[in-house]
Amino acid sequence: MEVVLAIVTGTLYAGGIYLMMRRNPVQLIIGLCLLSHGSHLLIFAAAGLRQGGAPILSKGRQYFTALPADPLPQALILTAIVISFAVTAFVLALLLRAFERAQIDDIDGMKETDT
Amino acid sequence: MMLLPALPILFPLLGGILCMLFRCSLAFQKTCAIIISILMLAVSGTLLGLTSGGVIAVLHVGGWAAPYGIVLAIDMFSAVMLTLGALVALAVSVYACSDLDEGRIRSGFFPLLLIMMMGVNGAFAAGDLFNLYVWFEVLLTASFTLLALDGEAPQLKGAIKYVALNLLSSAFFLAGIGILYGIAGTLNMAHLAVVMAQDVPDGLATAAAVMFIMGFGIKAGMFPLFFWLPASYPTPPAAVSAIFSGLLTKVGVYSLVRVFTLIFCHDTSFTHGLLLVGAGFTMLSGVLAAAAQHEIRRILAVHIVSQIGYIIMGLGLFTPLAMAGMVFFLIHVIIVKANLFLVAGAIRKLKGSYELDRLGGLYRDHTGLAILFLIPAMSLSGLPPLSGFFAKLVLIVAGIRAESWVVVAVALAVSLLTLYSMTKIWAGSFWKDPPADAPADNPELIQGAWRRLLVPIIGLTTLTLYIGAGAGTVFHFSEATAEQLLDPACYIKAVLGGDGS
Repeated sequence: MEVVLAIVTGTLYAGGIYLMMRRNPVQLIIGLCLLSHGSHLLIFAAAGLRQGGAPILSKGRQYFTALPADPLPQALILTAIVISFAVTAFVLALLLRAFERAQIDDIDGMKETDT
Repeated sequence: MMLLPALPILFPLLGGILCMLFRCSLAFQKTCAIIISILMLAVSGTLLGLTSGGVIAVLHVGGWAAPYGIVLAIDMFSAVMLTLGALVALAVSVYACSDLDEGRIRSGFFPLLLIMMMGVNGAFAAGDLFNLYVWFEVLLTASFTLLALDGEAPQLKGAIKYVALNLLSSAFFLAGIGILYGIAGTLNMAHLAVVMAQDVPDGLATAAAVMFIMGFGIKAGMFPLFFWLPASYPTPPAAVSAIFSGLLTKVGVYSLVRVFTLIFCHDTSFTHGLLLVGAGFTMLSGVLAAAAQHEIRRILAVHIVSQIGYIIMGLGLFTPLAMAGMVFFLIHVIIVKANLFLVAGAIRKLKGSYELDRLGGLYRDHTGLAILFLIPAMSLSGLPPLSGFFAKLVLIVAGIRAESWVVVAVALAVSLLTLYSMTKIWAGSFWKDPPADAPADNPELIQGAWRRLLVPIIGLTTLTLYIGAGAGTVFHFSEATAEQLLDPACYIKAVLGGDGS
């Protein structure tokens, strides 16, 4: 399972970087999304995959009989997903405004503020 | 007392909410921002006094013991950064009151500024890596909006680049967090320090370290990841540029310092060596790029990059003296840099242009402004007896003692080239005769507004002079801060309690 997740993470990173290099701003956004999803999966995989029950003690128990799943990475990923969702919404709004104000539909058309 | 570490976060949150509630009243927003900045300064000052007595202010949020709950931990270094942040916020709030156009204030400049300060303060106070990530996102989201606020085409173009590269850096940061959690099973920084000091797989730890260098390096504007900075920082109004240049890149630097003193000390010859090489190139590329510029704000923006190089050089050398120099340099550069952007904004307000070709004769007409530019500019280039001289002196002495000849040579050469850039601005806008088509003084600028514009500049300049005059005191303070940074035992004990192992 780790191998599959590793390959998927790598593919997401590769796809994300590739799309970020394209000239279309929408592809830039999709690339950023893929990159952040790659990072989320990486956290999930790096924290260790194991088949365990939910980390909730049943009534009257003092300890777990089997090692439960680690809930922390999932909480971290959930937070990160919410953040990346909000930021993606902002980037979309920004690009829309940039298109309205300056007709930017090509990343190469933004060179003049570079040094 | 218990809540003290949370106050630098709570005050700006409160201020941001109040400003949003009273959106219609510009006067209320201005007053609120200034009062909140003063409150932040007071709290940070208290924390500074407390931590310099050797105490580390720790708050276990919700009463959950570390390493399970979220921790806010403020040591001397955090307290210094909090104080500097509050100072810059105060100066920029006062400045923005008389500089910023009404449209931008109506679109929410002050609430955004305060929310951004909440993120910045949160990042300085965070004792947990994931918490640090969340604060980063808070401050970045606010800064994205500040950068794009009411913007025309160039500002929006700058904002797109800023946003895209910062999101990329967040992805790296997150990946580093994931790998680190996989190695250590914890994200509490003090607990990580304990775990990473024991037996960990070196290769994986180094991989995570490089992820953090990439992530924070982009945010700090380090070579070769700085290209977004000159493309975006000079586009918004001067007040925004000033707070960005003073604080945002420094949050990246702060995180680098925190992570590379506390967590990644397993292979200093590689990680800190990499930082040192990066520092040399950062200084050089920044100052060379600045030499090619002909607009005040762009010159200053590219110079942020070269100054970042000096700070990272201190971290890369990783000796007690170098770390003291780094802290000194941070104290010096945050104040000077924000001040220079404010002066540039004042010039723009007066003449309506940043272009050196269109300016001139300001020394003759506005001697006071010329002196207010000259002091921070010469301090930035490191002329004695100003603050920059002592900051660079400490770093270079540390470099010589560590026998890192190349980086010392680079630092000295860059210092000279900085002087060249500053002289270029001086000669171009203050000294030379104005060109025939030079714009006249802005007729709408009334005397009272002009004076109010100069108040924060005078305040920051006085501070620069004070740091230069009282360099001994500041140096001893920096030394104590560096000592605390290099000996994390105290920090670990304060966060984890006595039985933390």
